[in-house]
Amino acid sequence: MTWAMFVQHALNGLTLGSLYALIAIGYTMVYGILRLINFAHSEIFMLGAYFVLWGLTLFYLPWFVAIVVAIVVTAAIGILVDRVAYRPLRDAPRISALISAIGVSFFLQNLTIVAFGALPREVYRPAWLENPILMGEVRVLPLTLFVPTLSFLLMLGLVWVVYKTKPGLGMRAISKDIETSYIMGVPVNRIISLTFGIGSALAAASGIMWALRYPQLQPVMGSIPGFKAFIAAVFGGIGSIPGAVVGGIMLGVIEIMAVAFFPDLAGYRDAFAFILLIVILLIKPTGLMGARLEDKV
Amino acid sequence: MKKLFVLAFLMVLALAGTTLAADTVKIGVYLPLTGQMAYGGQLELEGIQMASKEAPTVLGKKVELFVVDNKSDKVEAANAVKRLIEKEKVVAIIGTYGSSLAMAGGEVAEKAGVPMVGTSCTNPLVTQGKKYSFRVCFIDPFQGAGAATYAYSGLNAKTAALLVDVSNDYSVGLATFFTRSFTKVGGQVVANLKYQAGDQDFTAQLTEIISKKPDVLFIPSYFAEGAIIMKQVKELGAKFNVMGGDAMDNPKIVEIGGAAVEGFVHTTFPYDPSMKDMSPIAKKFTENWKKAFPAKEPNVNAALGYDTYLMVLDAIKRAGKAEPAAITKALAATKGFEGVTGSTTINATHDAEKPVGLVQIKDGKKTYIGSITPKL
Repeated sequence: MTWAMFVQHALNGLTLGSLYALIAIGYTMVYGILRLINFAHSEIFMLGAYFVLWGLTLFYLPWFVAIVVAIVVTAAIGILVDRVAYRPLRDAPRISALISAIGVSFFLQNLTIVAFGALPREVYRPAWLENPILMGEVRVLPLTLFVPTLSFLLMLGLVWVVYKTKPGLGMRAISKDIETSYIMGVPVNRIISLTFGIGSALAAASGIMWALRYPQLQPVMGSIPGFKAFIAAVFGGIGSIPGAVVGGIMLGVIEIMAVAFFPDLAGYRDAFAFILLIVILLIKPTGLMGARLEDKV
Repeated sequence: MKKLFVLAFLMVLALAGTTLAADTVKIGVYLPLTGQMAYGGQLELEGIQMASKEAPTVLGKKVELFVVDNKSDKVEAANAVKRLIEKEKVVAIIGTYGSSLAMAGGEVAEKAGVPMVGTSCTNPLVTQGKKYSFRVCFIDPFQGAGAATYAYSGLNAKTAALLVDVSNDYSVGLATFFTRSFTKVGGQVVANLKYQAGDQDFTAQLTEIISKKPDVLFIPSYFAEGAIIMKQVKELGAKFNVMGGDAMDNPKIVEIGGAAVEGFVHTTFPYDPSMKDMSPIAKKFTENWKKAFPAKEPNVNAALGYDTYLMVLDAIKRAGKAEPAAITKALAATKGFEGVTGSTTINATHDAEKPVGLVQIKDGKKTYIGSITPKL
């Protein structure tokens, strides 16, 4: 393998990994606070991408406006999902909320099929995204630089929110003990809504970037990235925001490098991700950066 | 008294049931209308529906179509066929796009003894050893030979690379047949990389392929993935030609692939709206399609759906009765049935022999560049 090829593979892995990281943050936030694996997250991701397409083709919004509107609408849907499907089950056994999450996931997927049709849709990308920057033999897409930077900034922002702001204090309190938080006057439902809002906005952002990187939309597009991001979140330590970012990027790079070094095993690419998950769970059940249970946010 | 009344009521119901059943000829259709293969399935359904509008009756009875979505999934395909046979009690089944799906559905139809006619499922295993499975298209050893011949002599490619969906029988089969024929004519396959259906990132595999510097990349993929693969080929700066199989045939290819698909060549069945010397049937089909769907180009999948429906009707007519066993016998005896995709004669293995068509994307347009009858 030449040096240029290695760099190319590394950059491809970094882009893929940062996309996983952005989705993984949403999983990890909700899990940290509610101990709930929000399976509907991958559908929220898909909706974010569809809303941009909708904004562009139905309302002729400019790119920038369409993206902002899509993120806001998707965040609202995330909050709505919590209101309708999770809040009534707050006191029920955790498995009920999990099943409800799976139900929401199927519902949103099929709703999209009815509303937008099942055929994959094309995405028109702005021209500046199409042209790679040449660095010797290595070709760098603008997104390759943009996505990791954005993931990193969002991670810093979230850590700031969680550790330095009042709603963040509420999030940490709820993650420790939801009942005591009620008693101490933490606006629990409002904080949880906020968490779902932020998580869904991030999912929308990653959905949009995913669509720009792999320009095709279909109602089932969320399932595989969602699965991978979930693995990334567990890998990095579910509940930990930096863990989700590190886990996502590592998963992306490992997946690409596995193909790079063992081209004959390329068909088993997904298996690498799952083997990684099993190994991590066996060696360090809390994941790379997962702390003890009670510190999770 | 009450019992008698119930009995009488049931008898009336039963009678009503039989008279209803006798009034129509029930034909089942199972196609991928959602999921990865929905592009092709949707077009074939439209072709079938168009044909059923033009020929709504057979043996003086109305034809009733039962359409079931197999969701591009093998298990769903088997379920769909089961439902068509057990619940809807169809006498013949049309479908499906996708060889894996046709194999899964074919098993069920075989056991029940209901004839099934495949539209564009090209893997040899679809009909192999089956009494009740037929198809109106050619099979992949033939298509692979066509693609290899064109790559070697038409594109002057001496080395080839492959990117294959390992979870798909069509993709694996066509790749094998392409490799066999390409090496036979004197070419060399320098890379054979794999992926799984549903993958969207192919950069790792493509970077590896680019490093092997092949003259041509053959992707036996379905359209939805093929379009993304070609975009990434372009992004990674590859210079080689890209070729594909019949599953890449779609009117939306330019719309979705944009500049990335320019020059792309794929093999297909012998029909395309850009064809120069069209048969009268094909001409009529093209005109009628444009009337029915003004915003949409017809393609070969629609044509195959159209042909399949009419061929099944033709078999029912020759059988003289709408019964699965009689229809099967008539289908096996199909000879020189004239359709949009040429003349269909069902051979000993229940397949149709037709020339391999070639389509190239030239100046942002799908262009039929001719057909070849390769030697195996």
